[in-house]
Amino acid sequence: MRRFSWFNATALTLGFAFLYVPMIILIVYSFNKSKLVTVWAGFSTKWYGELLSNQAMLDAAWVTLKVAVISSSIATILGTMAAYVMVRAGRFHGRTLFSGMIYAPLVMPEVITGLSLLLLFIGLNVDRGVGTIVLAHTTFAMCYVSVVVSSRLVSFDQSLEEAALDLGCSPFQAFRLVTLPIIAPAVISGWLLAFTLSLDDLVIASFTSGPAATTLPMKIWSSVRLGVSPEINALSTIMIALVTVGVITASLITKQQAVRQRREEQAADRVS
Amino acid sequence: MRRIALILVPYLWLLALFLVPFAIVLKISLSDLAMSIPPYTPQLDLAAGWEGIKAFFSQLDLENYIWLTQDELYWKAYLSSLKISLIATALTLLVGYPMAYGMARAPEEWRPMLLMLVILPFWTSFLIRVYAWMGILAKEGVLNQFLMWLGVVSEPLVILNTNIAVYIGIVYTYLPFMILPIYASLDRMDNSLLEAAEDLGCSRFSAFWLITAPLSKQGVIAGCFLVFIPVIGEFVIPSLLGGSKTLMIGKVLWDEFFSNRDWPVASAVAVVLLLILIIPIILFQRNEQKQREAEG
Amino acid sequence: MALDVFAPWDDPDAKPLIQFKNVTKRFGDFTAIDDLTVDIFEKEFFALLGPSGCGKTTMMRMLAGFETPSDGTILLSGQDMAPVPPNQRAVNMMFQSYALFPHLSVWENIAFGLRRDKMPKDEMGARVDEMLRLTRLEKFARRKPHQISGGQRQRVALARSLAKAPKLLLLDEPLGALDKKLRQETQFELMDIQESTGTTFVIVTHDQEEAMTVASRVAVMDHGKIVQVATPDAIYEAPNSTYVADFIGDVNMITGTVRAEGAQLRMTWAEGQPEIVGETSKTFGKDQSVHFAIRPEKVSISAEKPVDAANAVQGQVLDIAYLGNISTYHVQLPGGQVIKAQTANNRRISRRSFTWEDSVWLSWTATAGVFLEQ
Repeated sequence: MRRFSWFNATALTLGFAFLYVPMIILIVYSFNKSKLVTVWAGFSTKWYGELLSNQAMLDAAWVTLKVAVISSSIATILGTMAAYVMVRAGRFHGRTLFSGMIYAPLVMPEVITGLSLLLLFIGLNVDRGVGTIVLAHTTFAMCYVSVVVSSRLVSFDQSLEEAALDLGCSPFQAFRLVTLPIIAPAVISGWLLAFTLSLDDLVIASFTSGPAATTLPMKIWSSVRLGVSPEINALSTIMIALVTVGVITASLITKQQAVRQRREEQAADRVS
Repeated sequence: MRRIALILVPYLWLLALFLVPFAIVLKISLSDLAMSIPPYTPQLDLAAGWEGIKAFFSQLDLENYIWLTQDELYWKAYLSSLKISLIATALTLLVGYPMAYGMARAPEEWRPMLLMLVILPFWTSFLIRVYAWMGILAKEGVLNQFLMWLGVVSEPLVILNTNIAVYIGIVYTYLPFMILPIYASLDRMDNSLLEAAEDLGCSRFSAFWLITAPLSKQGVIAGCFLVFIPVIGEFVIPSLLGGSKTLMIGKVLWDEFFSNRDWPVASAVAVVLLLILIIPIILFQRNEQKQREAEG
Repeated sequence: MALDVFAPWDDPDAKPLIQFKNVTKRFGDFTAIDDLTVDIFEKEFFALLGPSGCGKTTMMRMLAGFETPSDGTILLSGQDMAPVPPNQRAVNMMFQSYALFPHLSVWENIAFGLRRDKMPKDEMGARVDEMLRLTRLEKFARRKPHQISGGQRQRVALARSLAKAPKLLLLDEPLGALDKKLRQETQFELMDIQESTGTTFVIVTHDQEEAMTVASRVAVMDHGKIVQVATPDAIYEAPNSTYVADFIGDVNMITGTVRAEGAQLRMTWAEGQPEIVGETSKTFGKDQSVHFAIRPEKVSISAEKPVDAANAVQGQVLDIAYLGNISTYHVQLPGGQVIKAQTANNRRISRRSFTWEDSVWLSWTATAGVFLEQ
């Protein structure tokens, strides 16, 4: 069995310390009694209480959640369609432009995406709010979804679809009964990615929202620009905790599935 | 036909919400600032028919672009963005490579956990990760308290609101983008190659330079582009951690739009920023394509 | 009592199940199928044999409906297939990769096609169980494809494609993924199933032994054309070209010029060597350049010159390949030509009759080989 060499152990320890110590400090200071983040004045959970009674913050969280769920769901549908078109539709007029429009938003600076969408909404005289943020988030998230799903579709054995057609499926039935169940894990990770991107986004939301809608990142932004606040620390701690639990659960589930599948495959080989 | 509908829905969506908005940016960048709503001129007057369209086009000009070259704020901001991105990318590589190397050489059963630890921060809010450094780097922050307690410094260091804080913030938030491609290329590498090199008389150190480093080149290039390209347009990090002297184009564009309300100039800034980005993006794509071809 | 031989292709009144009529298929500049005409009859086990890229898979995909001919027509029971989409053809296919749906159990995989036909539940259950029995998979009905072995997967794929009782079953390299021993067992299983269900099978393969074993007729293909269609023994014993002779089994090829002498042909092929004497039903012009093809097992090897052999030449043993059941001797003639001769090792090999550098005689009868124009 391979062991850590001293160099690798040092590199990993320092590296992960760099990645995680700031978050740990953030979490520790969320339990600080003092309003001053720099002075430790004893353990307290009062900032959590204050956070939960901050109506504006709760409203913003609700708006963010709403935007994230709606936009990531639409983005997943559109992104899966786009991925299918990219991998399966063959040649059509404007294919180059289409793939360009899929990949460009991935490298486009957020300030430009936000600015261009805002100018569009103003030009069309649309009332800005939750709706416009959803449109904006859907547009850039669908590109991420389509990249995730198309990388799965590329490795998808096309004869599975042909077998379904051969056995009497219409093309749509073949997609629903065979392709979709098999690529489902990629579609779900696409949705999760879109959801996280939407939760996380500050710049595009700032450009495309109106006075009626404030998302949580916008709220955090306006607060932290004035300096460090223990309430934001408490909020950060909650968000970090949720993500950590989510990611660990997801990885445990996939690991368990992989182990079970491997065990079953070994059992099958033994039978033969 | 179903196939056409399947193509048209995402196609039209992207046309309407990606390409058209960008065309509008291009158009406004050629317009002039005006005291009206919306605050630019000319407005396209379709009611006036062909004459209206002609009048509209005759009023478009490159004035804003000329302005960008004349006011040194802008070209300095572009240069400074490029400089900060370049230095930050190098720093990220310096931190990321040993980590990726350590992960790829770690015992097999450790690797999935280490990989998850690298990816985990990516799922947590970007804004919060940048914010975490504000409390650490501040004058009375955790880092200064720690250093003074150690007795390394007697006066608190000024780090927050300087370029150093910006570099730290970038390295911190973009580290996973650097580690993952390098790790992938190192993980693919056949370990017997190193054994063969040592068998043929290489020292461990020269085996690294002659075998490992060249074979991880593609991963390093990919990681560098994945950091370099988005950092150029970065807005949150320079705004929170940088000071008044930190000049980055993303922040200039934001201020131009929200504070100065000069939409035509903001649009011109955006168009030029995109033109600057095209070069590294094309280089990046070429690198990816080369890698795909190498893998067959 | 005359044996009732299954040979509808010799019966002028038999109606073919499938007719390819001047079918051409082009992909861009590449012609995959070139003006191909062939009939396939009901209950046949028809093999398409050829190297990769010869067009055999394209032919099969046109039958399944995944490709349409660029020119010509394909008829199934006299009906033009061009406008019928794959999901409405009474044709099923067994895929090379098996294409088993990984998210469905063995049972559900087999039932998949029946469900599309809206077959009543109890009828469907009976049909699936019948298929499971036929392929000896009863025990694995509830398993997922990744929970069974490669050989079992192959049988699931077969059961699934047979479940709808198609008029025609297409098999794309059905045994390609199995190891040699399992492949040989499965070949006989396939023949049994074909016979008991009475389905017409068209199989695509690049393995000539497999084609020879299973098929009632073999079509040897090259560059989008069928070079020869015949029963396995006819293909082996009477190839119509050097391509077929060379593709099926091992062969010695000698080139020369011929002249007829009564019922016999005499071929001059090298200076100082006796003419090769053979019989043929074909007619050749005088001094026409031809190829003489003879299988190694039809060449005898001996120390002394055999007395009454039609053909005998002397040479030196160059190489010996010992294969267990048989040995192949590579014998070099004075002119440099190497001829292979095969003998069965029906005794334990305590002492070999011949060894390297030995001078030996090779001989064969007048009917042992064939003369080929091209």
